[in-house]
Amino acid sequence: METFKSLLVILLSSVLVNNYVLSRFLGICPFLGVSKKLGQAVGMGISVTAVMLLASAITWPIQYLILDNLGLGYMQTIVFILVIAALVQMLEVMLKKFSPALHKALGVYLPLITTNCAVLGVAINNITDGYGFLESIVSSLGCGLGFLLAMVLFAGLRSRIDESEVPKQFRGLAVTLIAASFISLAFMGLAGIVDNLFV
Amino acid sequence: MLDVMIDILTALGVVVAIGLFMGILLAVVSHFFGMEESQKLKQIRECLPGINCGACGFKGCDDYAAALAEGNTKPNLCVPGAEDTATALGTLLGVEVEAPKDVVAFVHCNGNCTATSKKAEYDGISTCRAASMLYGGPDACRFGCLGFGDCAAACPTEAICVRDGIAHVDTTRCIGCGVCTGVCPKNIISMVPQETKTVVMCNNKDKGADARKVCKNACIGCKKCEKTCPHGAIQVINHLAVIDYEKCTGCGACVAGCPTGCLKSVSFPDFAEKEA
Repeated sequence: METFKSLLVILLSSVLVNNYVLSRFLGICPFLGVSKKLGQAVGMGISVTAVMLLASAITWPIQYLILDNLGLGYMQTIVFILVIAALVQMLEVMLKKFSPALHKALGVYLPLITTNCAVLGVAINNITDGYGFLESIVSSLGCGLGFLLAMVLFAGLRSRIDESEVPKQFRGLAVTLIAASFISLAFMGLAGIVDNLFV
Repeated sequence: MLDVMIDILTALGVVVAIGLFMGILLAVVSHFFGMEESQKLKQIRECLPGINCGACGFKGCDDYAAALAEGNTKPNLCVPGAEDTATALGTLLGVEVEAPKDVVAFVHCNGNCTATSKKAEYDGISTCRAASMLYGGPDACRFGCLGFGDCAAACPTEAICVRDGIAHVDTTRCIGCGVCTGVCPKNIISMVPQETKTVVMCNNKDKGADARKVCKNACIGCKKCEKTCPHGAIQVINHLAVIDYEKCTGCGACVAGCPTGCLKSVSFPDFAEKEA
């Protein structure tokens, strides 16, 4: 029960409190780039979640079984980038073969994710936070869902912005960044909520 | 010193090993899983002529092949490849096809340097598109060939050349892709059936007197051909003779009677001969 509770805390805190986009400011590029339409945003969010899960499932053993044993902890970043990029490429090939429909929906986003900092960030943070294997899987699931949540929220907001009359000086990227900062501020309000949820 | 070297070499070795492993894994995965689809695409691509003319309406042969592989389009859209390509694609994809009709490009203008004059000197960018934007171009006739050769530049088989101020299509080289019809700002090039016998060498839709004023070879819309034609194949629409190619037998009665000589008997080379 205690482990379940701690896993739930990790999941919720990585979705809400330590949201990768809105609190840690990682993965801003797809957050701003692919959030124009809700459908695309959801596709990107799901792709990122899948890749994050897969990436932390692979990088955790690599860190503890290979790098730490050889005293090569400092090679973490390079090795992780290498592994994640290859992994995403492989995922794309597999998707193309086994699920063309899914590939059509998510395929365009996969190359974007290969060197996404949010994915790399999850893999590295799992190690720095000292998570075990299961914990790091749960945390990466949470991070992916958090990314999805941020994307969906922001896509909704952007479609509202598109319809509204924005002063000329703020049109385009300016108003988008301001809107992003407001969501980010709103998410700051969730800090501390998870820790007190299960007391 | 030796310790440092060993450390560096271990790091190097590990990264190279992981990279190699991942590379091999990727190669294996793409070999076993990525094969089937690209094979089909490759076969389709081999059937197409590969000159990227765009007559099919796609961005090029690769794009068309991709659309065919997904089954989104018909296999008879390739004009240069004609019947052979269509049948080859049909057998490959297992569908029935109708062969595309053989057509050639024809320039409906005979306003050469001796027949027409210029209304202004034009000094700008020497393309038909640019020239036509400036008061319809420097030529006296607002319908005629400008002679800067946009069509010649666009032609994938170099079948068009500009001679004596107007574009000519070398019908032995024309593959019937229709790219030139799209780039001509005056729309004077059209695709005519390969078995066409008689053509109108003018595009001037002004009244007879106005047309005559700007070009000696213009169609003046006198309707003589309309009356002469024993098969009812010619109609004058908007002061311009228009031939119904299906009714025309090529008897030549209209050509003999035309006062300005804007009608011409032609015989385009057969596609079968062309390949031989």
